[in-house]
Amino acid sequence: MSTSRKGSMMKTPDIQRRKVLTIGSFKLGICHGHQVIPWGDLDSLDMLQRQLDVDILITGHTHQFKAYKHEGGVIINPGFGTGAYSSITYNVNPSFVLTDIDGLRLVVYVYELIGGEVKVDKIDFKKAQPVG
Amino acid sequence: MVLPRVLEQVVNCKDELAQYYLMDCIIQVFPDEYHLQTLDTLLGACPQLQPTVDVKTILSQLMERLSNYAASTPQVLADFLQVEAFSKLSEAVVKVIEVQPDMPLVGAVSLHVALLTFTLRVHVDRLDYVDQVLGACVKKLEGVGKVKDNKATKQIIALLTAPLEKYNNIVTVLSLTNYPKVMEHLDYGTNKVMAVVIIQNIMKNGTFIMEADKVEALCELLKEIIQDSDGSPALDELDEEDFMEEQNLVARLVQMLTNDDNSEMFKILQTVRKYFLKGGPKRLGYTLPSLVFSALKLVRLLQQQDESSGEDGVTFPQKVFQFLLQTVEALSVVPAPELALRLYLQCAEAANNCDLEPIAYEFFTQAFVLYEEEIADSKAQVTAIHLIIGTLQRMHVFGVENRDTLTHKATGYSAKLLKKPDQCRAVYACSHLFWVVDGRVQDGERVLLCLKRALRIANAAQQMASVTKGSGGTLTLFVEILNKYLYYFEHGNQHITNSVIQGLIELIVTEMQSDNTTQDPMVDSFFASTLRYIRFQKQKGDGVAERYASIEL
Repeated sequence: MSTSRKGSMMKTPDIQRRKVLTIGSFKLGICHGHQVIPWGDLDSLDMLQRQLDVDILITGHTHQFKAYKHEGGVIINPGFGTGAYSSITYNVNPSFVLTDIDGLRLVVYVYELIGGEVKVDKIDFKKAQPVG
Repeated sequence: MVLPRVLEQVVNCKDELAQYYLMDCIIQVFPDEYHLQTLDTLLGACPQLQPTVDVKTILSQLMERLSNYAASTPQVLADFLQVEAFSKLSEAVVKVIEVQPDMPLVGAVSLHVALLTFTLRVHVDRLDYVDQVLGACVKKLEGVGKVKDNKATKQIIALLTAPLEKYNNIVTVLSLTNYPKVMEHLDYGTNKVMAVVIIQNIMKNGTFIMEADKVEALCELLKEIIQDSDGSPALDELDEEDFMEEQNLVARLVQMLTNDDNSEMFKILQTVRKYFLKGGPKRLGYTLPSLVFSALKLVRLLQQQDESSGEDGVTFPQKVFQFLLQTVEALSVVPAPELALRLYLQCAEAANNCDLEPIAYEFFTQAFVLYEEEIADSKAQVTAIHLIIGTLQRMHVFGVENRDTLTHKATGYSAKLLKKPDQCRAVYACSHLFWVVDGRVQDGERVLLCLKRALRIANAAQQMASVTKGSGGTLTLFVEILNKYLYYFEHGNQHITNSVIQGLIELIVTEMQSDNTTQDPMVDSFFASTLRYIRFQKQKGDGVAERYASIEL
């Protein structure tokens, strides 16, 4: 599954929508993020993660890649595929994220274009076994 | 020698089939060097042929042979110049057209296309030759106006495309003074197609146009898609998707108009805007945002280079901000208030980063005015107010008074949103305006007051819902506010005490157990994960556990 962002300056109808999907044993939440204030604040995003009750929260708005792993799950901001201007982030590096889900294991591959080179990083997250 | 006599025979036979065949033979059979030397003679025969003979094909074939000759043997270029091959061929073309007044336009233009092809192959560096060919064609087209014949139009397009594809650099093509004059003879629809071809060529080749006067020339060339003109059909007759694609291309083009020299860059922006503003309400929504972001990039560069000096008291960054203000204002004719609001906020943030308080304040003022006067749709209001709150939260440039005024406005509008849940959420978002952090503030008491206000709204919403719908369903708001309490508790707000948190937890539990409340699994899981979070915090090290100890679950 790949995640990338479509710019909010384009005439998209309804950015306040949120979506929750279940893939394998993981619940994913997708939300644009401009309504979670302060923007990019991980503690505030945590609240959204609890609210949607998801393991992985995918969010945007800041055009900067961020991945944050905590006991409740993972918060990912895949950044922005075109490296477009952001008032929040200087020197946006174009980036996108591929997420691989296998059973109780989630691996996030981050692709960033930094200084003309593609850099790949990965983040592992294992979900605790559900209490039977 | 032989050739003049042969040609005499060819001309005198006056048989069109024979003439064509014989000329063809002569061209193919005799060697290239020979042709170069006998160019006068050979070309002299052409106007004397029967009018029905396809002279242009004959000439084209000759030129093709000569082009190949030049390509395979670069040393002979000197010979070409010495015998003045180009001017002889040019004259021949003119002569042939003159002698056949009934020649259709397509014929005349295709002769020029053939000559241009020759010129681009043999004398690619001689822009003056290329321009001359175009000029000759312009002369021929004088008085014709917009060409209506399809075949002739195709030839004109070929004439315009050839240098574009040869040089793959619009800046080179722009130096051909006759190029725009040729393009003017295309009818409206075809002109736009050609304009799109030009932009695509620029994008494909990654050509940057770096000088303001070249940018101006380019805008002139593309004017049929940048603005309306006399005789162009009304915009609502055009296909909307095509129009959108076309205008998006224009918007993308802005990225190619750039210069590292900041002054030149600003001139470029001003030039582009001059043309874009003539585009009318339908176009501005597509084109202006691109320009705004280009200007914001310039501001960022100026900020990083710290250009603080300026003439007559106005610094360079301030000039760019003035430009930005006027540009976003222009969107009011579209009208596009939501877009304009976003752009004003982007500008406010940029002004904040440049430490320009009055300018940042002005942008916020404009954003609020738009909110008050133009954004009536309740959904749009929710989005807009959150954008305002989010941007305001990030400001560090405001002094106490300005910050207070804007915060007061933001909270006021938040509480006036149509739906109570929206009110509640916007108000608790405003709590961050009293906390801020890097821009300072951190007024714990006002944070709590704000959250309490949100709680009152949540209560009212709860009561309203149980009366109107017979159930709660807004219980989630309480859990959201609880999470906000936890946020500030974590971040050291002394006014958010354990008892405050405890109180809200108990309230939620009571409400959930009440008969009036229908079970909502989403609220249950949200509350559960919140409690889970608290339990987790109780077990953490670094003094976190102690803080959480007194919260009983």
